[in-house]
Parts: sequence; C-alpha cells; structure tokens
Amino acid sequence: MLSIRNIKKSFGGVDVLKGIDLDVEKGDVIAILGASGSGKTTLLRCMNFLEKADSGEMVFDGEHFDLGKITKKEVAAIRRKTAFVFQNYNLFLNKTALENVTEGLIIARKVPKAEAIEKGKKALDKVGLSERYDYYPNQLSGGQQQRVGIARALATDPEIIYFDEPTSALDPELVGEVLTVMRRLADEGMTMLVVTHEMNFARTVSSKTIFLDQGKILEQGPSRTFFENPKEERVKAFLRTISHAHLDGHES
Amino acid sequence: MREGLLQLLADSFWKILLPGLTMTIPLTILSFAIGMVIAIVVAMIQVANIRVLKQLSRFYIWIIRGTPLLVQLYVVFYGLPNLGILINPFPAAVLVFSISIGAYDAETMRAAIESVSSGQMEAGYCVGMSYWQIMRRIILPQAFRTAFPSLSNSLIGLVKDTSLASNITVLEMLMATQRIIARTYEPLALYLEVGVIYLIFSTILTGLQAVGEKRLSKYGKR
Repeated sequence: MLSIRNIKKSFGGVDVLKGIDLDVEKGDVIAILGASGSGKTTLLRCMNFLEKADSGEMVFDGEHFDLGKITKKEVAAIRRKTAFVFQNYNLFLNKTALENVTEGLIIARKVPKAEAIEKGKKALDKVGLSERYDYYPNQLSGGQQQRVGIARALATDPEIIYFDEPTSALDPELVGEVLTVMRRLADEGMTMLVVTHEMNFARTVSSKTIFLDQGKILEQGPSRTFFENPKEERVKAFLRTISHAHLDGHES
Repeated sequence: MREGLLQLLADSFWKILLPGLTMTIPLTILSFAIGMVIAIVVAMIQVANIRVLKQLSRFYIWIIRGTPLLVQLYVVFYGLPNLGILINPFPAAVLVFSISIGAYDAETMRAAIESVSSGQMEAGYCVGMSYWQIMRRIILPQAFRTAFPSLSNSLIGLVKDTSLASNITVLEMLMATQRIIARTYEPLALYLEVGVIYLIFSTILTGLQAVGEKRLSKYGKR
C-alpha cells in the first residue's frame, strides 16, 4: 500500500535520516522505536510532509512520488489519504471537541455540515467521548485531548494513521485510555505507523517493529521475534534500559 | 462656584457631547474598522513572507510610526492640495487615522499571529486544510484573542487622538469646546469639561473591553 525508498533528510548539515526503506501493507501496525535523536519522529513528519525530505521515493496506492521534488498538489493528494496524531495533541484551541473533528471534513473536504457532524459524533463516540462534544480542549484532560486527536484522525477515513509518540506528553495514569483506543483501532484493521516508547504496546499490538539508530534502520522484524530475539547488541541494550526505566518508574 | 459658570457647564455639556456623538464616535469607529483591515492584511503579508509586499509593509510601518500624527494630518489636508488633491476634512481625518491605526495594529497582529503555536498550522495541514483556510479559521481567531487587550488600547488611544482632527477643521468635540470658549472666555472650566467627556468615552470602552475579553476567554487560556 505504501512504500518508502531511500528517504534522506538533514538539518543544517546534520544527517537525521540516512536512507530509510519502509513497506507498509494494509492492516499493518508498525511500531518505530529508537533512542531520542534517532530520527523516528523526523521520519514520520517527512512521510506526511510536515518536514520536506531532501530525497527519496514514495509509492502510495501504486502512485509514484519523488520526495525531493514533491509538489503542493501531490502533498495535498497524499494527505487526503493519511492522518496524523501529534505528541502534543495540537487540537484547534478555538474549537470544541466536535468542531475539531468536523473542521477538516467541512472546510477541506467539503462534506455537508450535517453529515460531517454525524461523522464527527460517531468518531468521538468511538474514542469514548460521547459526553464531551462541546468541550473546548482546555476543558479536557490530556488523555481526553489525545482521544479527540485520534477521533479527528479517524473522521477523515484515512488509509493510514501516523502516531507521533501519542502518549509521551501524558501523565502516566492517562496513558492507558489512549492505548486502549489505539489497540481497538489495531484490532479493527486500521493501518498504523506508531512512533512510541510504549514497549508493551509495541510488543503486544504492533505486527512489526522497526528500530532506528542514527538515521538508519538497525533492526526490524515481526514484533514477536524482535522482542524475544533481538539480534543487535544496541537493540538489546535499548530494550534493557527501557524496561529498567519502566520498572524504576513504577517503583517510584 | 458662580452660578453662571455651572449653568454654562450644563449648557455646554450637550453642545460638546453632540459633536462627540456625530463626529468623534463615527470618526473613531470608521477609522478603527478600516485600520483593522489594513492591520490584518499587512500583518498577514509579513507572516506569510510575501517578498516585495513585505518590504513595502515594513516601509509603511516605518514611515507612519516615525512621524507625528498631526504632521500626517497637515500633509494630507493642507499639503496635498499643492498637488491638486483636495480632500474634505472628515474623509481626510478618516484616511490619516486609519493609516495610523493600520501601522500600529499591524505590529500587534503580527506578534499575536506569530505567538500561535506552529502545531496549530501543522494540525490544519494534516486534516487537509490549506494555508489560508487555517489562517482564517484557526490562527487568526486565536491571534485576535491574544491581541485584544492591545487592540483595545489602540482604540482608546484613537478616541483621544481624534481631537487632533480639530486642527484640520473637523468639528469634533475639542473644536466645539474652543468655539464656546471663544464666546465665553472660560477656558479652564470648559477644557476640563471636554476632558471629562473624553474620560467618559474611554471608561465606557474600557468596560466594553472587559466584556469582550470575558467573551473571548470562552476557550480559556493556552
């Protein structure tokens, strides 16, 4: 469904992505792991053109795109099929939960208002926010805001949803409600590309795990194999520190 | 206080307030409305980084902020006739005041737009909206709320600045007062009186500002 070949990106002379290949099939849930600075967020942002890649190719639904010379029109066409969930939610602060979800439908996709509202309510129901249609983002908890963010992504019927560390900004007790929603989406067959630090989610929900290190894929494979039998030393070390950090977190 | 003076103040109160209602207020509202349109356009040109227009905008702001309002009024009303351009007092005042408000509030609006988190723009792109759609529906409303106290300041400032229009023969409150003084020779009492009327106008606007801020705070602080 979606393939990336040799994507490269540098910021001010520093190579952040050094040529990454990625294949996503319909229904895949791919977890992208890596230490901070490994390029995982940049990869996701380049795939939705929040950053412009220096070079690389993308094939989306059989259509071929040159990432170095992508046009506005192509970007718009690709974004029509994708959705993005941000680490900091980035809900429209001047819009209610429902308006956040319907805004893109009504304004960008010209969906009739009544239909958009119906769709928006359905999306909010799905993430368990039927009681919060008319709340503004500042009246919602972080977990609720992120669920609105997910509803906003869902409402546009995307072929794939990109998640950029969706639980990293949340208080620990709010992480669960967001992961539950994501798990349900995965079960329903939604195609998802998830940059995350939630090892448990990666291990139990994702079908495939990719480990980025210094702008390259160091190891990848079916999540089961990846977690039970990591081959690379760095990956083993990373998994050890992460699980320790988590234990420490739980103990304190 | 002499009884005659009290009577004079009472009589002149309406004679000053009337041009306040028919001149000062329309002059203020009209200039501010046009000025805001200029301000938003100029601010957006700068934020969107439209090359030549951006330089023109900076030039415009530089000239207007760097020269006295009174001089600008004189140039337009007394100077332009040299070029064969004659503008009536009221439209000349509206022209100068809106250009002035436009320059100052363009800076206010620019700062407010830039203060809106870049994540708002990114989120808009990700749901498929265009730059201008996001600007109009997401960024500007939030920027407007941030800018509101400063914009209120400039509106209150404008009410008082309209008194300068008396210098180009606009019959507003100050000129009405001066006419009464010419007849009655009571400058202290009458200048104080017109000052009080300006104060009443400003106080009402301050109250409206509070109401406006409360309304705009419906979606809370960032």
